[in-house]
Amino acid sequence: MKDYKMIPAAELRETAYQLYADGQNGLMSMFANDERQLNGNYAIYCLFSVGKSMQVIKAVLKEKGKLEFPSITPKISAAAWYEREIYDMFGLKPVGHPDLRPLALHENWPQGIFPLRKDFNIKTPVPTAKKEFPMAGVEGEGVFTVPVGPIHAGIIEPGHFRFSQAGEDIIRLDAKLFFLHRGIEKAIEGAPIERAFYQVERISGICTVAHSLSYCQAIENIAVVTVPPRAQYLRALVGEMERLYNHVGDIGNLCAGMGFAVGIMAGARLKEDIMRVNEALTGHRFLRGMVVPGGVRLDINDQLSAEIRSMLDRLMPDFNEMIELFRGNDAFLNRVETTGIVPRQAALDLGVVGVSARASGVDVDIRRDFPYGCYSALKFDVPVYTDGDVAARLWVRVDEVAQTVNLIRQILAKMPQGPLKATIPAIKPYSSGFGWCESPQGNNIHWLMVGENNTVYRLYARSAAYPNWPALTVAAPGNIIPDFPLINKSYELSYACVDR
Amino acid sequence: MLKVWKKVIVTGNVTEPWEKSVPPERSRGEVVVEQNVACTGCNLCVNVCPTKAITLYEGSPMINQKACVFCGLCVESCQDGCLKQTSNYKLATLGGSLVDNTGSELKNKIRRVLGRSLHIRHLDIGSCNGCDFEMNHLCNPVYDIQQYGIDFVASPRHADLLMVTGPVTRNSTQALLMTYEATPTPKLVMALGACACSGDQIFGESYAIRGAVDAFVPVDIYVPGCPPRPQAIIHGLMLALDRM
Repeated sequence: MKDYKMIPAAELRETAYQLYADGQNGLMSMFANDERQLNGNYAIYCLFSVGKSMQVIKAVLKEKGKLEFPSITPKISAAAWYEREIYDMFGLKPVGHPDLRPLALHENWPQGIFPLRKDFNIKTPVPTAKKEFPMAGVEGEGVFTVPVGPIHAGIIEPGHFRFSQAGEDIIRLDAKLFFLHRGIEKAIEGAPIERAFYQVERISGICTVAHSLSYCQAIENIAVVTVPPRAQYLRALVGEMERLYNHVGDIGNLCAGMGFAVGIMAGARLKEDIMRVNEALTGHRFLRGMVVPGGVRLDINDQLSAEIRSMLDRLMPDFNEMIELFRGNDAFLNRVETTGIVPRQAALDLGVVGVSARASGVDVDIRRDFPYGCYSALKFDVPVYTDGDVAARLWVRVDEVAQTVNLIRQILAKMPQGPLKATIPAIKPYSSGFGWCESPQGNNIHWLMVGENNTVYRLYARSAAYPNWPALTVAAPGNIIPDFPLINKSYELSYACVDR
Repeated sequence: MLKVWKKVIVTGNVTEPWEKSVPPERSRGEVVVEQNVACTGCNLCVNVCPTKAITLYEGSPMINQKACVFCGLCVESCQDGCLKQTSNYKLATLGGSLVDNTGSELKNKIRRVLGRSLHIRHLDIGSCNGCDFEMNHLCNPVYDIQQYGIDFVASPRHADLLMVTGPVTRNSTQALLMTYEATPTPKLVMALGACACSGDQIFGESYAIRGAVDAFVPVDIYVPGCPPRPQAIIHGLMLALDRM
């Protein structure tokens, strides 16, 4: 895993296609790094899952040469956003990319400034440009456009959607995201890894544990530190608590897409109960402050275990009754079934992860496929549905709630004794590695390169929402516009995770 | 349909008065400086703070509540026991047109007009979504914000108050300014959460963050926290409307 297959950038397409093997192996992540200070090169890393292993291609571009590489998007659709981001941030041009519009940097960003290059000083004032940000659409007689956002009607995050409509039917959807782009990856460059943790923890509120875990495991992988067993179990505990409150809340919130108030309120009420237990456990309603590099900060006692167990005992019958309101309800099923379908092949092509993948018949779960922490000692099933519609995403979540509750009980029962934290030693400068975990939305992968004196040289945080967003633009066409909120809520993707 | 009615009736009323729920023992709220403990000026707390919220002033630590994320690292680092973490969440402060010493007539007018019926438009211009979800939780049956005559509306045209979350990012600046313009006067602005209150202190200096909300539009209510719990948001609203 730590070995990168080094190739010149000109050979990237050939090598990547070979590894991709017509879709047998998926592209999990792709990012660039400015290593000119180290070896005079830019590097592009591609992470593939190959059977039961992960393989990494490292394509290098000479500083003095042409700053371009052959795009791999023509065959590997999953690379489309990654390559656009690489072009935005580093100015390395993917030649042959079918859609090279900017992604993260909007019309206010001047041409020719690349913020993630090391010679871009954070203190440089960047003038406000007035470029155009073209949105993809459809033209023709009777076709009209509906722009939505970035400020929406509900209490949700900002994104701009452009619907091309023929009557009520959506024929194309384009999304402009990154309104929340905070440049976190650049802001933490040079910060001590244990301090930067607090910024990484704040990439997203609802994926707090996921980002913390991926980041910490990346550090621990690079430093070859073994996390004490008790800390591993406590990490798994908060990870599952995060999945639990998100899934329960998301299932309730799905009802907001169809005005089913009883469902919304039932979900919100159950979620509040879980969040209060989160706070009793970690001192924070979103579970911040538990996971830290090397282990965990807080321990659990019998009283807290009992509190969690009794919450689960309260939750499950109540939750099952809520689900019963959906199952036999024709008006409800009519809305969710056959709505917003993502076919299996599309999910594979786009490298979709998590709930969305499992609802389209793609059997992936990084907790099982590439176990981390204590997951290999825990028993759980990975629910998979094949319809790929809103209903399938709902049922995957419903089944996962049961799995997660079961996992939490196992974790509490098996919790070993021992220390909570290992010390992070001095790390050899410029060593790098991955950390990953399964967030409530799917796998979350961080890549970290450590600089001098245990500082961050480069972090790339690929959240689960990143590969899932493009799937939304596949799911929407063919549906009527009032169904879009429902489709969107069936994904419940975090914007903050993607935008960083 | 019968099942739905049964569920509603069996569940009953779960709404609480907003101050009822007491934060649990581990809850991390306001960090206070112990008055009777001498600070040795070791600077450990200043250096350990991930958001640079602490400065030493006349030989004792001073905490910028607007930038504090309640992580508690300073309390852990202090060898002398000068700092103590409490579970206090009532940290909202008033600014702009609601400040006590200036424009008291305007303040009274705002409270007269909006005091018993306040409509809110949410505006996320850079948050991690923690604040947004806590805002969502205000509408759950436990906190039930509507019982106070306060509700969320779909358009800034219908709003009396803008609840702004996140630091102002480059990409959201236009949305912030246009939404502010679109809101009819008299209007209030709440900066919700540490990012909105303090700008780039949470994530650090960045090419994509332009600053705190009050660098762009006048802010009347500051609710710090990372994120502020629903009760802290209600506290801010009650304080602003003089309904404590």
